[in-house]
Amino acid sequence: MRWGIGRGSWRVAPGLYCVGEAGPGSPVLVTANCKMSFDALRRELDGVDAWILVLDTAGVNVWCAAGKGTFGTGELVRRVRAARLERLVSHRRLVLPQLGAPGVAAHRVREECGFTVTYGPVRAKDVLRFMENGMKAEPGMRAVTFTAMERLSLAPVELVGSLKPLAWASAALFLLGGIGPGIFSPGNAWHRGAGAVAVCVAGILGGAALTPLLLPWLPGRAFSAKGALVGAVVAGAFLAADGTSTGAIPGVATTLAVSGISSFVAMNFTGATPFTSPSGVEKEMRRAIPLQAASAVLAAALWIGEAFIR
Amino acid sequence: MRGFSYLEGVSTLRLDPGRCNGCGLCEQVCPHDVFSVSGGKAAVVDRDRCMECGACAMNCRPAAISVTPGVGCATAIIGGWISGAKPSCGCA
Repeated sequence: MRWGIGRGSWRVAPGLYCVGEAGPGSPVLVTANCKMSFDALRRELDGVDAWILVLDTAGVNVWCAAGKGTFGTGELVRRVRAARLERLVSHRRLVLPQLGAPGVAAHRVREECGFTVTYGPVRAKDVLRFMENGMKAEPGMRAVTFTAMERLSLAPVELVGSLKPLAWASAALFLLGGIGPGIFSPGNAWHRGAGAVAVCVAGILGGAALTPLLLPWLPGRAFSAKGALVGAVVAGAFLAADGTSTGAIPGVATTLAVSGISSFVAMNFTGATPFTSPSGVEKEMRRAIPLQAASAVLAAALWIGEAFIR
Repeated sequence: MRGFSYLEGVSTLRLDPGRCNGCGLCEQVCPHDVFSVSGGKAAVVDRDRCMECGACAMNCRPAAISVTPGVGCATAIIGGWISGAKPSCGCA
């Protein structure tokens, strides 16, 4: 799952589920039909009697689905009616994960099906405490976190996502690598192409793994700047480790390429974080993309040009 | 979310105190503690913490809150620029 392999096929059938010996007085907890969300909730309800109402979000987690509106007022009201919940339970309360709120208007749910929405905690692990507290959230239960482990667990998906563009870039780099005084040299294509692909991989690792991990400690606010800095450091290590690409031109080309790629990949990581805003990302992109493109073009020009002056 | 802050002064979040009925739902649903309700009125404590998820506006019955919600994802925004449509991520 965390590698993004077959993610979409891990779905739970939408509808009403019974946990323990759920009865008319048992609470009704609402979640998405994403397997990760459903399992996280079910794990926490060990030994509890409750109903779980699963909405059809096409297998997407609660927060993302709420953002798109699939975890939304309409779907919730439909599922409440389809399950004939009003006959099954004596109370009229639904407990929703807090992160479902961007898609659900509590007042409209009440108007349309008579059930009152109570927003529970952000994390499933707090749901039992929340209910024991009389449906009151303790400090910390309502805020999202972004720990090093949470950040690192996102890296595999980012890496897998970069494989396809990397494959295309590699093909282009092997072709370009062969260009030189002898017009095209297969030996050069292989040797120089492989070196360039390694530079791309270094940039991707910098932007997709190192930058997320080091995020809170990297200076600046823009992800592109953080990624560029990490890329420059990675390029330094790369040059130190690879004795063959010594000299000013390969050094500058490598540094420009690694930090440009790392900056771009890190900027994409904004979408996986729980604190960046679309307005902010757009502003950052308008500034960063021209710089990233310029560094990539300059790096490529230096790299191709270098073949002619050796 | 201590230790994390994004660009300043970009959020589209607006609160009209005149319309607020002090129900407190915005404070409950906000994942970044942007709101504080006291004396029957909500106030924006720190607008720069807002990530424009839209939960507050969605659950504000008197429509005192407005925000332009969307995905904070670079790939989605590039896709939006190219297609001319609203940015949407690949999740579904």
